[in-house]
Amino acid sequence: MAKISKKNIEEILIEAIEKAETELPKDVIKALKNAAYIEKGLAKIQMEAILENIKIASKEGIPMCQDTGIMTFYIQAGTEFKYLADLKKMLENAVKRATKETPLRPNTVNPFTGENSGDNLGRNIPYISWDMVKGSECIIHILPKGGGSENMSALWMLNSAEGFDKAKKLIVEHIINAGGQPCPPTIAGIGIGGGADICMQLAKKSLLRKIGEPHREKKVAKMEKELFELINKTGIGPMGMGGATTVLDVHIEYAHRHPASFPVGLVLQCWANRRKVIKFEKNGSIKVI
Amino acid sequence: MREIHLQTPLSAKDIKKLSIGDTVFLSGKLFTARDQAHKKMIELKKKAKKIPFSPKEMVLYHAGPVARKEKNKWAIVSAGPTTSARMESFEKEFLSLFGVKMIIGKGGMGRETLKALKKAGAVYVHFTGGAGALAAKSIKKVENVYFLEELGIPEAVWILRIEKFGPLIVTMDAKGNSFYEKKEKVATKAQRHKEKQQK
Repeated sequence: MAKISKKNIEEILIEAIEKAETELPKDVIKALKNAAYIEKGLAKIQMEAILENIKIASKEGIPMCQDTGIMTFYIQAGTEFKYLADLKKMLENAVKRATKETPLRPNTVNPFTGENSGDNLGRNIPYISWDMVKGSECIIHILPKGGGSENMSALWMLNSAEGFDKAKKLIVEHIINAGGQPCPPTIAGIGIGGGADICMQLAKKSLLRKIGEPHREKKVAKMEKELFELINKTGIGPMGMGGATTVLDVHIEYAHRHPASFPVGLVLQCWANRRKVIKFEKNGSIKVI
Repeated sequence: MREIHLQTPLSAKDIKKLSIGDTVFLSGKLFTARDQAHKKMIELKKKAKKIPFSPKEMVLYHAGPVARKEKNKWAIVSAGPTTSARMESFEKEFLSLFGVKMIIGKGGMGRETLKALKKAGAVYVHFTGGAGALAAKSIKKVENVYFLEELGIPEAVWILRIEKFGPLIVTMDAKGNSFYEKKEKVATKAQRHKEKQQK
């Protein structure tokens, strides 16, 4: 815990980004260790390499994966949060400095010119999702997400009569076809309803939830469990080497849908499920979790 | 499952003894190349321009590292493999032009590459995706970097000295066997079986 001052916020942000890149959350480590324990043969070699890798990364303070991702921030900000107006600029500065200091891989390329900006800043990047609430607190979720798993995302605009049965089939098929490409064991984030953009947003945002934490609504949690079992029965396994762990967890979030639509979004997160949370408390202190 | 230690430059004999499922630890020299570098090198070669290093002495690594410059010297911070499927459209030509004997990547490659590997007497080995820190530990030296200004850090060609780099799993051998084709068949079979049950 540290006291907030405008001067040290940027330092804390940089440190949080660095921690996100070099150390995995406890729930992820636990799930990976469990997978290493149950896997055999080539899959076990993969899981052991992953565990060795995260050990080296956290010990030496270096990014666990060379793809340090595109920086995404999910912010729940109190309208009376003291630094609200400056936060975007502070985050951009922190990303720029972390790129040099951690260091991170420069991952922002202009799609039209092919030019890499070199500092992980660019048009609409870092991506910031704002959620305004009453009060003076502020919670920032950091999600650096790599390209390999992001490339395996999918969107289906289903016929509303087909609904869940079709969705389940498509998701399982998609994960079979993706094979080792999204760096399994992955976390499958699924967004249902809303619209094309809304379900994709929800799918990605669901990745912020801890592994092993089911949806708060029973019906949704049941669907998560069913999909978890279906996907792990495919036998794709760690890095597509064949095995029992294709996903570490399945997270679903939903929005109400239009009567004519049944949008389903799928976003896969690689085993390097990097997340950090920064909490600015009411009493002026700041916590990085 | 065998564990095999190899040293570059690789010989035809080294490659011949490798089969699917073997675990390899590699020492010697590799060069990184992603899609942009593949494109660039093929273009240069076709225009009969000189490639500033000797690819066939080394191993090709599908990777875009995190690199840091310290006291005018480059160091690799993190360097796991990237998705090899993105290079599928280039690899056949690349293999025939440059005579590389081993490709390190992740996720595997397609049928065209499999055929080209057989023709070139080369293998594809899989390295654990995301294992950037583990890889960096086996990278002992940055010997050189090419096309850096033009392509940027991740896409540039990095010449790296490695020691016991791995574990690398042979997933496509020089005899035309692919672990991925086998897997595909198993997955389709499992899917068909499931659908039958549902009916």
